[in-house]
Amino acid sequence: MNAPAEHAIAKQHLIDPEICIRCNTCEETCPVDAITHDNLNYVVNFDICNGCLACVPPCPTGAIDSWRNVERVKPYSLEEQFKWDVLPDTTELDNVDAPFAVARPDDELPAEVQHITEVATAGQGGPALAPWSASHPYVNLYAPTRPITATVTGNYRLTDADASSDIHHVVLDFGSTPFPVLEGQSIGIIPPGTDDKGRPHLLRMYSVASPRDGERPHYNNLSLTVKRVTEDHEGKPARGVASNYICDLKKGDAVQVTGPYGSTYLMPNHPGSSIMMICTGTGSAPMRAMTERRRRRRERNEGGELVLFFGARAPSELPYFGPLQKLPKDFIDINFAFSRVPGEPKKYVQDSIRERADKVFSMLNDDNCYIYICGLKGMESGVLEAFRDICRANGADWEALQPKLLANARFHVETY
Amino acid sequence: MINYSERIPNNVNLSENKTLQRALEQWQPSFLNWWDDMGPENSTNYEVYLRTAVSVDPKGWADFGHVKMHDYRWGIFLAPQDGQKKITFGEHKGQDVWQDVPGEYRSTLRRIIVTQGDTEPASVEQQRHLGLTAPSLYDLRNLFQVNVEEGRHLWAMVYLLHAHFGRDGREEGEALLERRSGDADNPRILTAFNEKTPDWLSFFMFTFITDRDGKFQLASLAESAFDPLARTCKFMLTEEAHHLFVGESGVARVIQRTCEVMKELGTDDPAKLRAAGVIDLPTLQKYLNFHYSVTSDLYGAEISSNAATYYTNGLKGRFEEEKIGDDHQLQNSEYEVMDVAGDQIVTQRVPALSALNERLRDDWIADVQAGIDRWNRIPAKFGFNFRFTLPHKGFNRRIGMFAGSHVSPDGRLLSEAEWTHQHSNWLPTDSDRLYVHSLMGQCVERGKFANWIAAPGRGINNQPIDFEYVRFN
Repeated sequence: MNAPAEHAIAKQHLIDPEICIRCNTCEETCPVDAITHDNLNYVVNFDICNGCLACVPPCPTGAIDSWRNVERVKPYSLEEQFKWDVLPDTTELDNVDAPFAVARPDDELPAEVQHITEVATAGQGGPALAPWSASHPYVNLYAPTRPITATVTGNYRLTDADASSDIHHVVLDFGSTPFPVLEGQSIGIIPPGTDDKGRPHLLRMYSVASPRDGERPHYNNLSLTVKRVTEDHEGKPARGVASNYICDLKKGDAVQVTGPYGSTYLMPNHPGSSIMMICTGTGSAPMRAMTERRRRRRERNEGGELVLFFGARAPSELPYFGPLQKLPKDFIDINFAFSRVPGEPKKYVQDSIRERADKVFSMLNDDNCYIYICGLKGMESGVLEAFRDICRANGADWEALQPKLLANARFHVETY
Repeated sequence: MINYSERIPNNVNLSENKTLQRALEQWQPSFLNWWDDMGPENSTNYEVYLRTAVSVDPKGWADFGHVKMHDYRWGIFLAPQDGQKKITFGEHKGQDVWQDVPGEYRSTLRRIIVTQGDTEPASVEQQRHLGLTAPSLYDLRNLFQVNVEEGRHLWAMVYLLHAHFGRDGREEGEALLERRSGDADNPRILTAFNEKTPDWLSFFMFTFITDRDGKFQLASLAESAFDPLARTCKFMLTEEAHHLFVGESGVARVIQRTCEVMKELGTDDPAKLRAAGVIDLPTLQKYLNFHYSVTSDLYGAEISSNAATYYTNGLKGRFEEEKIGDDHQLQNSEYEVMDVAGDQIVTQRVPALSALNERLRDDWIADVQAGIDRWNRIPAKFGFNFRFTLPHKGFNRRIGMFAGSHVSPDGRLLSEAEWTHQHSNWLPTDSDRLYVHSLMGQCVERGKFANWIAAPGRGINNQPIDFEYVRFN
């Protein structure tokens, strides 16, 4: 029998068209809007339903309580479901205990992930949406209670040996277990061992630094940009548990990974869409992912500009400085800001932004331009101040513009 | 969560409002007396496999177990409050929803709530004898579930009356328990709720068609600017879905059984089918015509200044108001309604504001039609040509443009003589009703079903079909 491997099978949630009475209760109840209908059938979107089961108890008929195992790559599409008079017969796949495609019912988003996300997006000024042309993200496939094991296939120091910061580029491989990510998403890493109270460590979140098709194209892998934490926010010595663990990983080590997380900090995919990226330090991870995604698709001539504002203390402290220098000028417009280069005035990202006021203002007003900010907590305030000044100088009002950007999913902040 | 430690289970912090709590606790015994008098006949000792809400979130509101109906935890549940909620239609569009009744709308809101509230005990009264002729334990349990939930919907409306309408509200609460369906001296408010529900076919048709009117009324009140009413109706809608299911699947099972016998005997001759103890499809169509036309009247006149006022004032919205892509004020929109002009039925465009009853009726018709389409899959599956159809909007109407006209199911205006001559082909006759009545014998052996109805495809809450849904003790 040529059966697909078990991890390639997923449980698909369906609605029995024979007994459904179209009362709309399920669609009303579904917290992730996975259910829709036409004038005949109510149907469930395989790519969205995470099997939370919120819709099951309120269903008056039991029609909602229908499941079939399918190959992940070949679920029943909405179009197929709309045509059904009866459910499809069960198949041999149904003898397997398969997971949900998106998440399992006992997987609530981990509290620490929720908290970190809330803090990280606080600088945005409102709830975010994903760009209309963003791809559909998979989230929360692997909970802290059921992490996936990844293997380290690379770990390189990105900053010079004498630099004050030790930033690593770490590559994780997931073998044959599905771990689909999009640029802008994060993953969780659970450091081994326990804390000083004997409890298992909480997960830490890291932005993915590689594009969706892998650090090495068409491999089931991804990369992270991790800075070794040696002092706390006040400059006192402090050893970051997770960051030191990750920076010290050796090739072949096994790592416990959860996620992926994030469903709004995603890049636009439509031809002609531009991206403005503003980051400091390891905030460059999602920018690298997006830039690399666009670089790999250059020959398609889909248009759209890339503009990057990148802040660091000095070139030697700047992750990916070398590779960035090699990118063609007509592909990406890079603006560095260094704050501690001897003999030069301090320059921060907001200074670079002000220097390019005309460009920035035209991009702020370009409906096809999407803006992403990522870096240490607090860095966004200088950026927002610069936006405000640039708008004012052009006779516009940032306070009026920002809600419009948010409403059109064009403004994304993640600071930590 | 719903607090079940109190005499009246609720999620409205009732214990923080002692006056209100006392008033409702005084109404509670009157309600129980009403239930014992007018609720399901002879059911005092039955233990019924009922669904009770233990919270209004999806996980908690379907808690199943055997309970005596008198002990069912009737309570007060509102959908969660959204502190940011704005009014979505009418002249107050964009303002915050109201947590209290504005003085100028007080009497109108009271009337809306009382009218809705009155239908709930009415249908329990209409259905109180049906338990004696239940075609199965499964059906008996569904009847009782519908009944206790109608009781809970009465509680929902009485809570609003007590909480927001002072002494008037308390008096209305008492009056809701004093009126009686079909009573000559003190009838229920709406005509349809004074009709008898004499047999199970009528019950299924009623829950399929008339409870669906309830769904559309509740859905339009769930849009109301008066937030407590909106939140109450939102939660009621979730329960109403079960009633619609009971009706739709009930009739579908009657159709299924009739088709089985038609196939067995190789005939569609009503006389032969009746001899075999099933209800022929044309008779089912007559019942459909009757319930559909009587219920259609519940929406009121096609042109109604009251409906316009309710909408403009923000009291009652349209079905799925927020999904409609217009200005939600309707000052300059039109809507198409039918009218009788001389010897012709014509359509005319009228201000949309005045035609809101008709719009809601049209939404309901589309919903009923979808159910009919699903019924029609059954004869199709058996290879029979028979299809159920909805009669013309003007058929057998007593309210609105068609009152006083006679319209055939296919939409022809008829003379009085033609109507008299033909209407027995379209509406159940006394002999039709007598035949259906003759089939009604109680069948309450576990897993058994009366001959005129097929077993359901699934049990309740994933229980087997032969589960003991009701224990008689």
